[in-house]
Amino acid sequence: MSNNFLTRTWNWIDNRIGFSDYIVPLMVHLVPDNARWWYIFGSATLCAFVVQVLTGISLAMAYVPGGENTYESLVYITNTAPLGSLVRGMHYYGASAMVMLAVIHMVQVYMHATYKYPREMNWMSGVVLLFVVLGMAFTGQLLRWDANGVWSVTVAAEMAGRTPIIGPTLAHFILGGETVGGSTITRFFAMHVFIMPALIFAGIGLHMLLIMRHGISEMPDVNEPVDPDTYKEEYEKRIHKTGVPFWPDAMWRDMIFSTIIVVVILGCSLFLGPPALDPPPNPSSINANPLPDWYFLWYFAVLSLLPPQLETWVILGVPILGFLGLFFLPMISNKGHRAPSKRPWAGFTVIFGFVAFLVLTIYGYKKPWSPDFGVKELPASIVGTDQGPLAEGAKLMHIKGCLYCHDIGGYGGHRGPELTEIGKLLTRDDLVIRINNGGHNMPAFASSISDQELQLIVDFLLTRGVMHEDNSPATATP
Amino acid sequence: MNTEQPQSDHPCCQQQQRRTFLTRLSIGLSALIGLIIALPGIGFVLAPVFRKPKQKWRNVGKLEDFKVGGFVLVQYEDPSPVVWSGVTAKAGAWIRRANESEFIAFSINCRHLGCPVRWVEDPRLFMCPCHGGVYYEDGTVAAGPPPEPLDRLKVRVRNGQVEIETAPTPLTLTKLT
Repeated sequence: MSNNFLTRTWNWIDNRIGFSDYIVPLMVHLVPDNARWWYIFGSATLCAFVVQVLTGISLAMAYVPGGENTYESLVYITNTAPLGSLVRGMHYYGASAMVMLAVIHMVQVYMHATYKYPREMNWMSGVVLLFVVLGMAFTGQLLRWDANGVWSVTVAAEMAGRTPIIGPTLAHFILGGETVGGSTITRFFAMHVFIMPALIFAGIGLHMLLIMRHGISEMPDVNEPVDPDTYKEEYEKRIHKTGVPFWPDAMWRDMIFSTIIVVVILGCSLFLGPPALDPPPNPSSINANPLPDWYFLWYFAVLSLLPPQLETWVILGVPILGFLGLFFLPMISNKGHRAPSKRPWAGFTVIFGFVAFLVLTIYGYKKPWSPDFGVKELPASIVGTDQGPLAEGAKLMHIKGCLYCHDIGGYGGHRGPELTEIGKLLTRDDLVIRINNGGHNMPAFASSISDQELQLIVDFLLTRGVMHEDNSPATATP
Repeated sequence: MNTEQPQSDHPCCQQQQRRTFLTRLSIGLSALIGLIIALPGIGFVLAPVFRKPKQKWRNVGKLEDFKVGGFVLVQYEDPSPVVWSGVTAKAGAWIRRANESEFIAFSINCRHLGCPVRWVEDPRLFMCPCHGGVYYEDGTVAAGPPPEPLDRLKVRVRNGQVEIETAPTPLTLTKLT
């Protein structure tokens, strides 16, 4: 009786909304039976987006996009609101998951050359989606409106400001005025919460529509290069012969992987917690150490390692050329072999890109080009003594900021050359000239150091790497 | 006598013309609706880009509080902060009393990518934590990637008070020559 009632109720609803007529055919559309675990990344990216939407809506219930109240609301969400820390953490790790999965999905599509005929627009819409996702990641970092957020948006405005002719206009558009202020956070909030999600929803809609129109591609086959004249007809024949319905024959794999992703996001939030907040967003505070989230650390490193004359062109060129190169990839090659074994350069490109990303990210994290403001004085074990001119020279190395950039025995920054063995490499005159005049990207210290201080520092440096016969460090010459 | 109607007066052609007209009318009205909705919004969003606030002199301390010597960090308020700005309305500058009557002030923004530079007293250098830009005490570039010197701010003394003129965040522009 109750079953009958439920059946009749469902039939009534189904008749009115057309679920069986419109949705079921989409769910059971035929997909290749040989893709198996390769095609789980796209749906997992979508799942991560759902995590972002739901946790984002939850956070928006308490987040205040305006002035210092923004920071206070973040502190409240993190420390006071029930489950606030968990939800904020899920939003953060969900963003990381979404960026990672979108890139992995794109790499898989690239390696299998699924962007070739007739799926060029699938790829192009995916590239647009990837860049909007990166935009979401960047604006999301800024909505963590602390000291790091304030200075990150300043860096973004400065980068935009390098654009020829329209640079200042772009920079002031980003800032919401001529300086960082109350208008900055509100417009980033609008971008992050309304504009970009709307673009992602639209992009996902188009992406799905194109998947339905052209079908899920098969795994690459070395014997079946893409020929636009015959591909569609042959694909239809094969898919009707060997294809399986997406629901549930293929979708169960997507569900298993998406479940793992959601559990990992939850686990990271539970056990690692949300990212710590920096001090409040005070643009006049200099005690900030702006650092992008991990997905942009590689770019941060690139900007530090570039020769100055190339910098502007790389700042502007990497995003624009990167987008155009990826977007128009199918226009360069939309037929022929799809198998990775027939496209070895594709594999090299991915490996090179991955290694470069990894190396630059590690570099960006360590940022050896930055002065080490927190370096401690050299201990007696490194100096060789704790009194006398040698110890004074070592102390001056710290006071005069030499150790901010130079490492001695594991103490100091890495912006300049290591000086642990400098006594073996340079003469007294070399050192005096270098310290006084600077050069090789080192400031000149002639105006900020007395003759006596210079002598003490040089005496100390000349003992570095020079050992007595009994294997003890040399002491200063009288 | 020719009784045949001109082709344009034929009912089927009239119907076609009517459809063409209605199509164009609908598209035109859609565009008009879009413009009416979008233009005020676009203007609203872009307004801050073209609004140039009048810079103001801000008091940063009493004259006697500034000793001749190194730089000190001062805070002041933007020229026209929005009411909800709170702490984000603040701006910072490094100011030095060079002698009894002369002050030198620099924006805290590194000219590489805008990060906050720190004054390090003993070596008498400004250093940037982001990409390692270094400046001498006169603001000129000493090392690292900054393409331009630190942005100098105007300072004056009025009625025993030291004042700094507010300024936009200094941007390093690309000149096409």
